[in-house]
This record gives sequence, C-alpha cells and structure tokens, in this order.
Amino acid sequence: MKLQANEPEGPLAEKWQRHQANIKLVNPSNKRKYEIIVVGSGLAGSGAAATFGEMGYNVKCFTYHDSPRRAHSIAAQGGINAAKNYQNDGDSIQRLYHDTIKGGDFRAREANVYRLAEVSVKIIDHCAALGVPFAREYGGLLANRSFGGAQVSRTFYARGQTGQQLLLGAYSALSRQIGLGTVDMHPHEEMLDLVLVDGHAKGIITRNKETGKVTSHAADAVVLATGGYGNVYNLSTYARNSNATAIWRAHKKGALFANPCFTQIHPTCIPVSGDYQSKLTLMSESLRNDGRIWVPKKVGDKRAPQDIPEDERDYYLERKYPSFGNLAPRDISSRAAKQVCDEGRGVGPTGLGVYLDFSDAIKRLGEDTIRERYGNLFDIYHEITGESAYQSPMRIFPAVHYTMGGLWVDYNLMSNIPGLFVLGEANFSDHGANRLGASALMQGLADGFFVIPYTIGNYLSECREKHPTDGHPAFKDAEENVRNITNKLLNTHGRHPVSYFHRELGKIMWDHCGMARTKEGLEEGIGKIQKLREQFWQDVNIPGDNEEYNQALEKAGRVADYMELGELMCRDALERDESCGCHFREEHQTEDAEALRNDQDFAYVAAWEFKGADETPVMHKEELNYKETKMATRNYK
Amino acid sequence: MNVTLKVWRQKNANEEGHFETLEARNLNPNMSFLEMLDVVNNELEAESKMPVAFDHDCREGICGTCSLTINGQPHGPGEGVASCQVYMRSFKDGDTITIEPFRAKPFPVIRDLVVDRTAFDKIIQAGGFVTVRTGSAPDANAIPIPKETADLAMDAAACIGCGACVAACKNASAMLFVAAKSSQLNMLPQGQAEKDTRVLKMVATMDEAGFGNCTNQYECSAACPKLISEDFIGKMNRDYLFANLRQKFLRRKKKI
Amino acid sequence: MPTSKSFFFSSLGKKFIMGLTGLILVLFVIGHLVGNLQIFADPEVINQYAHLLHSMGPLLWLVRAFLLLTVVLHIWMAVLLVIENRRARPQGYEGEHTHRASYASRTMKFSGIIVLAFIIFHLAHFTLRVTHPEYENLRYTLQEGAYAGTEVLDVHAMMVMGFQKPLISLFYIFAVGLLAFHLRHGFGSMFQTLGLRNKHWGGVIEKTTITFAVAYFLFNAAIPLSVMAGVVDNENIKSIDDSAEVMTLPEDDSPEQTD
Repeated sequence: MKLQANEPEGPLAEKWQRHQANIKLVNPSNKRKYEIIVVGSGLAGSGAAATFGEMGYNVKCFTYHDSPRRAHSIAAQGGINAAKNYQNDGDSIQRLYHDTIKGGDFRAREANVYRLAEVSVKIIDHCAALGVPFAREYGGLLANRSFGGAQVSRTFYARGQTGQQLLLGAYSALSRQIGLGTVDMHPHEEMLDLVLVDGHAKGIITRNKETGKVTSHAADAVVLATGGYGNVYNLSTYARNSNATAIWRAHKKGALFANPCFTQIHPTCIPVSGDYQSKLTLMSESLRNDGRIWVPKKVGDKRAPQDIPEDERDYYLERKYPSFGNLAPRDISSRAAKQVCDEGRGVGPTGLGVYLDFSDAIKRLGEDTIRERYGNLFDIYHEITGESAYQSPMRIFPAVHYTMGGLWVDYNLMSNIPGLFVLGEANFSDHGANRLGASALMQGLADGFFVIPYTIGNYLSECREKHPTDGHPAFKDAEENVRNITNKLLNTHGRHPVSYFHRELGKIMWDHCGMARTKEGLEEGIGKIQKLREQFWQDVNIPGDNEEYNQALEKAGRVADYMELGELMCRDALERDESCGCHFREEHQTEDAEALRNDQDFAYVAAWEFKGADETPVMHKEELNYKETKMATRNYK
Repeated sequence: MNVTLKVWRQKNANEEGHFETLEARNLNPNMSFLEMLDVVNNELEAESKMPVAFDHDCREGICGTCSLTINGQPHGPGEGVASCQVYMRSFKDGDTITIEPFRAKPFPVIRDLVVDRTAFDKIIQAGGFVTVRTGSAPDANAIPIPKETADLAMDAAACIGCGACVAACKNASAMLFVAAKSSQLNMLPQGQAEKDTRVLKMVATMDEAGFGNCTNQYECSAACPKLISEDFIGKMNRDYLFANLRQKFLRRKKKI
Repeated sequence: MPTSKSFFFSSLGKKFIMGLTGLILVLFVIGHLVGNLQIFADPEVINQYAHLLHSMGPLLWLVRAFLLLTVVLHIWMAVLLVIENRRARPQGYEGEHTHRASYASRTMKFSGIIVLAFIIFHLAHFTLRVTHPEYENLRYTLQEGAYAGTEVLDVHAMMVMGFQKPLISLFYIFAVGLLAFHLRHGFGSMFQTLGLRNKHWGGVIEKTTITFAVAYFLFNAAIPLSVMAGVVDNENIKSIDDSAEVMTLPEDDSPEQTD
C-alpha cells in the first residue's frame, strides 16, 4: 500500500492557500443532497458539524454523552496558541510552525503543521466572535500567557478553563445549527462500527445507551472526531468515558493507525494516592510560568519542603535547561521528573512526586496575583489533596495525558479509506512525537472549523452517486458484528468485573510502554497483553442485558478494544528503534540522558494495518520529506 | 472507614424506583465519592448484580456530567464542588449516606442516579449563541472589551451545565442556568445584536420544558459547583422585561 | 417567536406581576402604618386624617378597587406559580437539605394565607365594622380646619376600644408579625424580580429588607401594645352604653390619660 499524503505543491507558506483555491467546490444546491456523519462533539466534532450545517450539508452528529457539551475538550485548562503576535514579541506563523514541528521532534508532516499555524489566527477571531470570554488586559484587548516549548507569549486563555470556554463556544455554534434543523443531534448514541460500501466509508452502526438499540446510519461521508486513546493506561488525565472504540473499529475495517506509541505524559499532574484511584488530575502547565520545580539534592530526604534550605534543593529543570528552565517541553520535563524519582529523590508518601513551588512567585507578585492567575487550579489541588499550595509547594508527577498517534490521514484529513475523515486528537497528523502545550485546542478547532469544511468538498464532489441506504447488506453485516460482540461479552459470565482487566492492562502499559521503553520490556509487555486478552474473553463478567442502560457493558466493549490497541502500541514502540519526543527508548540516549533521534532510519510515519486480533499487523511507511525545515536536534538548554 | 449507602434504584423512566441499602467497606478517606461508588459497583458486578448507574466523566469538576444528590444536597457537602470532587474525608466512619438522582420533572430518570438533561440543550439551541458564520469574524482585537465586562462574562460562562441549580431549587427552576447562559452573551458586545431575542427565546424554551419558577431563595447559587451568583437572575429579569418593552413599543419605529 | 403578548403568561412575567403588585402593597402598608401611627397623637389628628380619606368619595373607591385588584393579582399569580412549582418537582428528596433559603422564604405560602385571613378580618373589624356594629356609636366632632364642627366616626376611640381586647390585640400582633415575616422575604425578592438588584446593591437590599421587616413589625405592634398597656386611651369610649366592653378598662387609669 502506497500512502499518498496529497500535500499540495508549492512553497510551504503557500500550500494551504493554493490548495484552497484548487479544492473542488460543491454547488450550494447540491450541498443539501449530501449527508455527513460526524462522530464526536468536542472541539473538532462540534466545529465541523456546525460549519457543515452552516454550509448547507445535512449533518448527523453523534455523541455517547448525554449532551454534546460534555466532550473532554472541556477539561483543557491552560490555553490555546495562535500566532497573533499581539504581544509584539516577534511571533509569527513561521515561528509557531517551527516551535510546533520542533516540539514534535520532527516526526510530523511539514505541510499539515504549517497549515495549523496558519489557521490558528482565524480560530481566535472566530471564538472571540462566538462570545468566548478570553482574558483581557485593562485596555480591553486580549491577554496572553507563555507556555512550554515557546519563547513568546502566544497563548490565549479564559482563566484556567480555556478548553471549557472554547468547547462551549463550539457547542453554541453547533446548538444553533441543531435549532435550525441542519444538524440532527444524537446524544447517548455510541458508534460501534464503521460501514464500508465498495471500499468507501458510507455509514456507521450505533448503539443507543438508554435502550440498547443498534441502528444503522448511512451517509456520503463519515467524520470521526472522537479524541484520543490514552485510557488504554487506565490511569490518565482523560475523562473516564473517553475511549478508542470508534477509531479502533474503523481501524479494524481497514483504516491505518499511525504512530500509536506516541503518548504524551504530562509533567504536572497530582500524584497517585491509592489502588482505588480512578483518574489523575492535571494541573495546567501554565503553572510552570510561575512555579519552580525542585526535589531535594539528598536521596531520601524526608524533611518538610519548608525545612529544606535553598542550597539543598535541586531545581533540576533550571539547572539542565537554563534557557527554557521550568518551561521545557512536556516530554523532557516528564522524563526529568522520572529520572530524579528513579534516583530516589522523589517526594511525597510514595516517592513518586516532585515539588512545584510558588513561594518565590508569591513573594515577587503577591498572593493576590497568583490567586487571580491560578486560583481555580489551587482550589482543585486543595480539594484533592487537602493541602494549600499557597502555603506549601504542590506535589506533582507525570501522567498520561494525550496521544499524538491516531488514524492516519492525508493533507485533506482523509484516512486511507475514501470518505472516512479523522479530526483532532483522533488523527495523528500535527503533533509528531510530542505535543506542545496549548496546541491541542488549536488543532481541534483548526481541523473542525477551518480545514475539514473545505477539504471534504474534494471528496464529496467526486462521489456523485446517491449514498447507499441503510438497507444495504453491508449495514446488516456490521449490525450483526456489533450484536455478536455484545452477546459474547454478556455471555462470558466469568469471575472478574471489567474494571479489573482495565486496571491490569493499565499497569502493563505503564510499566512496559510508559515514559521509558526498552526492547525487552516491550516484548514482555506484548506477551502479557496477549495473555490478559485471552483471560478477558474467558473471565469477564458483565451483568444485565443489552436492552437497558448498562454501563458495565459499554465499558467492556471499550476495554476489549484497548486489549488490542495496547498491543499495537507496544509493537509500534518496539519497531521504532530510536528515541524521539515522548517516545524514549532507553537504548537510544545521549550521555546526559536526552532522547537520541535517528533521522536516517526513522523519519517516517508508521501506519499500521489491521490483519486480525491475533495476527501480526503490517506496517506501512510514510516517509517524512522535509523540504523547507531542517531536522535539528532539539535543544532546550 | 465503612459507610452505609441508601441508594435510589430505578430501572428506567417508566418503572417505579426505590431505595436500596448497600454497604461500602474498607474505604480510604482520600477516596473520592465516585471512587467509593466504583468500589461498591465492582463488588456488585463480581456478584453478577447490576452496578449502581451514575453519570460521571471528567472527574475533575468541569464537564458537568456527574449529578448526585448526596444527603439531600446536589453535589453533596462542600462549597463550589461537583459530585466528583467530594471526598470520603467529608464523612464519618459509620455514616449512612443517602444518594438520590437530581429530581425535577424536566430531568426524567434514565436509570438509578442518571437523569436526562436534554432540556438544557434545548434552551441553548433556542438562543444561547451568537450568530456568526465560520470564517466571517473580524480580528479578535477589533472590539476592545473592558476587562471588568470580560471578567463578569467569564463568571457567568463558568457554568458547567450540570443542573444542580435545578436540583437544589425547591421549585426545580432553571433560572440560574438560563440567566448565566443568557447573561454571558448579553453582556458582551458580540452578543448585543441578538440580546432581546436571545433572552426571550431562552426563557420561552425554559418555560416549555416545565421547569419551576424562581422564588429568589438562591439555593441554586449555593449548590452551584461554580458558585454562579444569583445576580445574573436579576440581570435576566431586567433583560427580559426590557426585551418585552422593546418588542412592544420600539418594533414599529425600526421598520421606518 | 415569543412576543410581549406572552409576557404575562411566561414564568418571568408572572413573577414580574408578583413583584409589581408586591411593591404596590408594600407602599400601601407603609402608608397605612404611617396613618395608624397618628393614634399616638391627639384623637383630632387621626380623625381628621380619616375624614380626609372618607371625603375623597369615588376616588377612595377607586383606590380601594385598585388595591383589591392588586391583592387579587398577587394571590392569583402566587397560586399559579405554586402549582407550576409543585408540578416541576413531583418528588422531593429523602434527605431534604437547605443551604440558603430563609425560613421566611420557605413559608411564604403559609404566611400569605394567614395574612389574607387577617386582612379579611381586619376589613370586617374596622373598615366594614360588621363584627362590631357598636363602633358606629363612637362619634367625634372635628375641632379644627375646614371640617370643624363635622361629626364623624371616632376612629381613635374605635382603635383603642378594639385593641383593649387582649385576644384581638394578640391576633393583630401575630398577624403583623407574619406580614413582617412575609415581607422579610418579599421586600428584597421584589427588587430581584423587577431586575433592580445587582452585585453592587445586593447587600444593601438584604440589610434594608431586614431593617424594614423589623421596623414594620415594631411600629405596628406598638399600637395594640400601647393600648393594652394603657399608654394610649380614649375618653369617648366611656360614653357608650355597652359596658361589657368598657368594663375591662381600669377606671382609675383614664383620668391621667386625658388632659
């Protein structure tokens, strides 16, 4: 299989404009003849569905939530990047592009990243117009803050709730279209399969969460905007219901899965406190603007942080990366935290934690300023730990936060299956091997509002024939497949609840495919996952029936998919015999323990083809040919 | 620690519900309330019994999915928190804890503690937006907005749409929600063009859904996980009155 | 598209009518109280005032009709709102819990109903005098002003006579207490409903509401209490035949009170 990225010709800076000018348009009167399915209602899904609706397409939007507003985009705290240069600090599209592709350790596609930087500017305009209450300066103009991996202030924010405000903006645009009748919203409907007709994506199968009813939905194109798959690790900053089922089932129908091992571990999360833990809570990276990260210099120093004198503290990020200091990119900060904890200098009851200290900032700016900037984050910290970060430093530790990998897409965001488009975190396209802070919101909105509405025209204008009805045999087969999986789960009657398997899988993934990976560890991990998967299908116990609201059943289907996806992640990590971005292979590191990239052999996107649950998948390579950017060694020192 | 739970069980909207007593044993006080329910549910599932259905998602107090009434308080004890931010350290060993769904006619029970809050979406669909086509917006800095205005709009915008205001209100009124959502946009320059129709349509949709009426007791604001102020209800009342007056008396003039 | 036609049928419209009628009634009870406080002056004052009101003729009836309409609207809206509120919450909570709602606000229905019963009694008692026809015998000749020489009903004497009965006095005190309690929530609530409350004024309104409710109660209660304590008395009462009423008066007190 030859992967066609379909990048437009011309210089990097002109590609998108040229492409837009050349994209085939769909006649306005024809638009209403087309039906588009959008799965997911986060930033990308809401944005796409709303814009399709405005353009005149017939849209069906699906979410397993009770309301489109619940999508997990809502939890992003810190902000959204845009190359507005409102701060007059020399920012530009070129610079945002460069920071993003460098932050991704040169494993993303040049043209996609450049386009992302280019449309970032429009996102801010559009969201401000939608009524998103961005933070402002006293003059009434927009305020910015700085964020990891950048030396300019280009991050727009709305207190610590930027994701929420942006999502609600997109949701309001979507709601308007629902009210106007252009978008048919289906809450509490979970996509369980993709339907192909003559090799094109022409519909989906959903299960209604309240009634268990399995339904076929046909359309001319299917857009997946279903988010990332970090919940493979069980403990993560993802929402509990975030899952990989939509993209994984599409993968099983032939969509290639690109770079599955690229998982971002966020450096600033609240440490794990016990076995019962269901989720990890992120403390926004924006805290690193004013907080200083340190551990005691001495191994096993159990004194209270206030009792450790200044000269016995190791501000290790400032020491190792003087120019970026506490704002070093996420992968580097996370690994540095792991290193000091491995050395036995970690803090807190488990020894898995480092301090994020605000005492200097409070001295410099006053408690009120800090409260204004981060008040809600300090409150969250207080709620969870019962400690006040105004008085003593926060304890933080890295946690799984984002997956850069996802379904493979070309420049038009279309997967290798014609008619199947993938947006936002669900695709692999823009962040390479590591995502910079405040870039996820940017990508979701860019894909949804400003890319797919144009690029989908290219596909639709070529598929003239009327879309197949849901009576087509392919739909019946897919429905049957969904019912079979459900019945198998319900009829296993084993000994363990589904959460047992999820927890076990999470442990394997964290230990073998976490912040640092080795050949042996990954091979061992694959073996363990295979064994666990086998056990799962013999020993899982799902109570109740399909025809009722059954949360255990929903979860079981998702965990079943994680069992397969987890293995693919390990396999990809094993295959990628280099370190890059968040993918750290211990075999490949510099003398001072930095990631050692191998551009000679691994400057490609690994796109995996599904061959069967117990078969070895096949990898296809998309070579990354950088025409205008030099693959430099990342240096944040 | 150990606690006894008195949990509302109801198979679906059409069947009668009842309380069931469940024991939660060997808990850690640092557990969240939802993690405690996870533990109870794991035990139920291991015995092939249906776990207690409850809504949850982000578990960090921002998505607005969780919706438990704990000991008669929507989102339980503690100020400015959602159910997912309640920790077992707020209870004592041996306590009996009553857990009920959010109760309101427009929020029918789906199962056990899960309720249907689609009524809120309908209100937003009626007018909780600014009409702006993708790609047609002017530069974001073209309209300066005083910081105070932006901050106040943000106070209103903090609403997570959980419905605790309705659940806490003695009359199951949704006015805090509608007030927050309409005020946010009505305060900002971007929202001025549709200010009147917005509040009129949102209130009309709220009424249709069958929510109760505000009696200015402000239970809503006290239960709100984001502590949204009842002042916005005052603003909504004002906006609604003026919108009606303008509709009645100024309509004709504009046509000339 | 909802228009202003539907205003009065909307939730906010009904509440607006509650607030507006509430405002009118608050203004009325304030005026009424000020009028009644004239009992502490010479009987001439309150009798002049009463005569002034009565001499307004049709205007008085217009005002009375308006007030009646206001009360009817206030009650009608209250009933509609309460029905809707009950319908919106068909099932309560097992562990009902209250954060902020004041006791006054939660008992508006009951305080309202009792106050209504009181108003009916009050009208029958003093305005229509059906419960006590003997009040008609209390006459007074105005001494000053344009109406000098006119014989009128002695309102001062009527009030004193009325409040000299401890049961009636206690009922009045109880009722104005409830009304004050009703206003404890209603007064501030009115500002919110009419859209006159915001962040800046919220605190002021709350304090004013409490002060108003307490003052309203104290001033109102002062009247029957003063009569019962004998601080306020009336000579004219003794002139009536109905001795059973007069007997309750301690004979020796009266000379000190009249000058």
